[in-house]
Amino acid sequence: MEMGMKIDLPPHSAEPRDPARTVPGGDPMVEIDHLRFYYTGKEAVKDVTLNFPKHKVSALIGPSGCGKTTLLRCLNRMNDLIDGVHHTGTIKIGGLEIYDTSLDITELRKRVGMVFQKSNPFPKSIYENVAYGPRLQGIRKRSTLDEIVERSLKGAALWEEVKDRLSDSALGMSGGQQQRLCIARAVAVEPEVLLMDEPCSALDPVATGKVEELLFSLKERYTIVIVTHNIQQAARVSDVTAFMLMGNLVEFGAARQVFTTPKDSRTEAFISGRFG
Amino acid sequence: MKRFWKDGDPWIWLTGGTLAVCLIFVAGLVFLITVSGMGIFWPQEILRFTLADGKTVLGSIAQSEPMPKSAKPGSADPGRRIQVKQGNRDQDLNAGVDFVWIDESKITGRDVVPEAVLVERREWGNLFGTIKEVRVDGKPIAQGPEKGLEAILVRMPAARAQADKIESLQKRDIGAVNRSQDRIRLQLKGLALEGTASGPAVDRLQAQMKPLDEQYAQLAQKLTDLRKVKTGTVLFGIEGGKEKELDIENIVRIIEPNRMGLFSKAGCYLSRLWEFLVDDPRESNTEGGVFPAIFGTVMMVLLMSLFVTPLGILAALYLREYAKQGTFVSLVRIAVNNLAGVPSIVFGVFGMGFFIYRIGGSIDRLFFSESLPTPTFGTGGILWASLTLALMTVPVVIVATEEGLAAIPKNLREGSLALGATKWETTWRVILPALAPSILTGLILAMARAAGEVAPLMITGVVKLAPSMPLDGQFPFLHMDRKFMHLGFHIYDVGFQSPNVDAARPMVFTTTLLLLVIVVALNLTAIVLRRRLRRKFQMSAV
Repeated sequence: MEMGMKIDLPPHSAEPRDPARTVPGGDPMVEIDHLRFYYTGKEAVKDVTLNFPKHKVSALIGPSGCGKTTLLRCLNRMNDLIDGVHHTGTIKIGGLEIYDTSLDITELRKRVGMVFQKSNPFPKSIYENVAYGPRLQGIRKRSTLDEIVERSLKGAALWEEVKDRLSDSALGMSGGQQQRLCIARAVAVEPEVLLMDEPCSALDPVATGKVEELLFSLKERYTIVIVTHNIQQAARVSDVTAFMLMGNLVEFGAARQVFTTPKDSRTEAFISGRFG
Repeated sequence: MKRFWKDGDPWIWLTGGTLAVCLIFVAGLVFLITVSGMGIFWPQEILRFTLADGKTVLGSIAQSEPMPKSAKPGSADPGRRIQVKQGNRDQDLNAGVDFVWIDESKITGRDVVPEAVLVERREWGNLFGTIKEVRVDGKPIAQGPEKGLEAILVRMPAARAQADKIESLQKRDIGAVNRSQDRIRLQLKGLALEGTASGPAVDRLQAQMKPLDEQYAQLAQKLTDLRKVKTGTVLFGIEGGKEKELDIENIVRIIEPNRMGLFSKAGCYLSRLWEFLVDDPRESNTEGGVFPAIFGTVMMVLLMSLFVTPLGILAALYLREYAKQGTFVSLVRIAVNNLAGVPSIVFGVFGMGFFIYRIGGSIDRLFFSESLPTPTFGTGGILWASLTLALMTVPVVIVATEEGLAAIPKNLREGSLALGATKWETTWRVILPALAPSILTGLILAMARAAGEVAPLMITGVVKLAPSMPLDGQFPFLHMDRKFMHLGFHIYDVGFQSPNVDAARPMVFTTTLLLLVIVVALNLTAIVLRRRLRRKFQMSAV
């Protein structure tokens, strides 16, 4: 991590944890505590408490409109762009309260990257797309940028396909390549957490397979939170799975347990395809 | 039958038919302008008409029309009449007009005169006649039409060089001395305003003035000498048995149209067309070229684009990106749209009141006080005209930019924000590049409107004849305070303000055609640029 971690992680407290908050499978990176989120009066996330472990893939599953995307977009405060929203409860990432008024929102977004449902490359060259984030941070030196672009594209398993046409428009790439470019763009700023909002919903099975493979290598360096309504995908890629229904967190646990022995009958109904 | 209506076939016919009607109107207009405008450069046959009363008229047919009934009351068939361009308006006989109407029933003879010549002169318009004699220093050197024409053509290059020399002496050398003199005079006046009527500063300036005065006297003498040198004169025989002696320097072009073949006619056509495009106007704009007007139009439009683009983009960005959307912003938007419908003359009046009198007047008081009461910026000029037009066209750019902003997908902004960009960084680095095609669309519409606008220009800086151009070789090269010529105003001036309406009418069509061509050329440039940008920044279809 030569970009440098901007935030020092505080030492974990030694006191025993609330069992409800125990993280299956590792140290917590994202800690959500009694979060309630409202769009102009409508409660979209209802008193959710859960933690996402560090350097793991956590999946948020649930039917459409269950609040999983809203919850995800709270983590980098993307919901701030919408008028008339408010929330209660706290979210800590790497031990820091993200809704703290003294926190610089652009700093937060550099630490918490995001990949969107629809690939959204900028109308620029492939190179400039990846270099966009580093340039925002004031990196001007060409050799440093070259290095970051190469490393990020390699990280997104795209380097071999595009290394000869870095100056071509990013909009000329295929849908799957565009989505991996967006992943490269997100990892170029060396975030701690990578949020993915149904990253494969617009991709064909081959491209989906490539992105899923990528998740295994990415989780070595990043904490990944992925929203998906593809249950098979969640089962394939996630270490930890949370099932949400109508704004409530129904079940949260290690993926193996959630998919094989769900504790809640609603979870069982959903993953066996009886609704949703 | 019911099915026929239900299918919508008649509506397709209606929409298609309406479009066809519109296209026919536009094509017809362009055709009319092209045909009437492009014909005037073609050399026309010169005829001699013999009338029933024995008089003769030498000239070419300009048009023919049915005789108005009122001219021959009581007659069942009044017949037709023709308009003949006879030129020679310096002759008393013709009472200062180039054109004459002739009743066709009174024409007894119509002959093609092979040796007839058409002479385009620097002054007094065209001359129709025959060459009798060419004289140098008063002595005849060639007689008759053939030898005479030869002798004239041989001497014309020298005469033209002479004329160029005189013009360059007048405009460049004497002009430069005049400007230096003016500068010193202004400095002296400035000192006098401060209360220093004498002293070392005044003496120094007066010492500088002295050699300039001498230089001016020398140049003036040189000019007088140059003017005395004559290449020769030509004696023409003109109708009514009269003669006219003309300096060769005064001849712009001399042709014998009746003896010209197709190729020489085409050559003459091209040469006249070229002259029209690159020369200064003569004879109160009814002859010569329109180059200053072309230049003024293009420069004014480009300056306007320079002003309107940032103004429109910034306003649209605030309206769409930063302002809190609500009733007030909606009202502002409606107001902006309505601004586009305000009569242009209103903008002209505003430009005159605000830009010229208020801002220009203040600039004059602050920086050019010594030349007052002669205004420098406090009078119409290309800067104020461009600013006025920029103000007039800014709604167009705002609307187009706003539409472009609305079309940019939300997730493009989110993508940038999610990388830690601020809103400003997102706007500057992602939105603006993606917006460029829309901005150019707005600019194309703005340019099309501005290039054809005349009314506001008439009170903010356009003139019938500008002595010097707003961009030239004199320091500081760009003269934003200068008045300028404009093709649109030229059309109005030549077509409706000219003392010689019949001679000017074809020029109106030609100038209109030229204005159309320029507008299309400017727009095409912008369209090509836009297509390139689109290709570069095209939005993905997925």
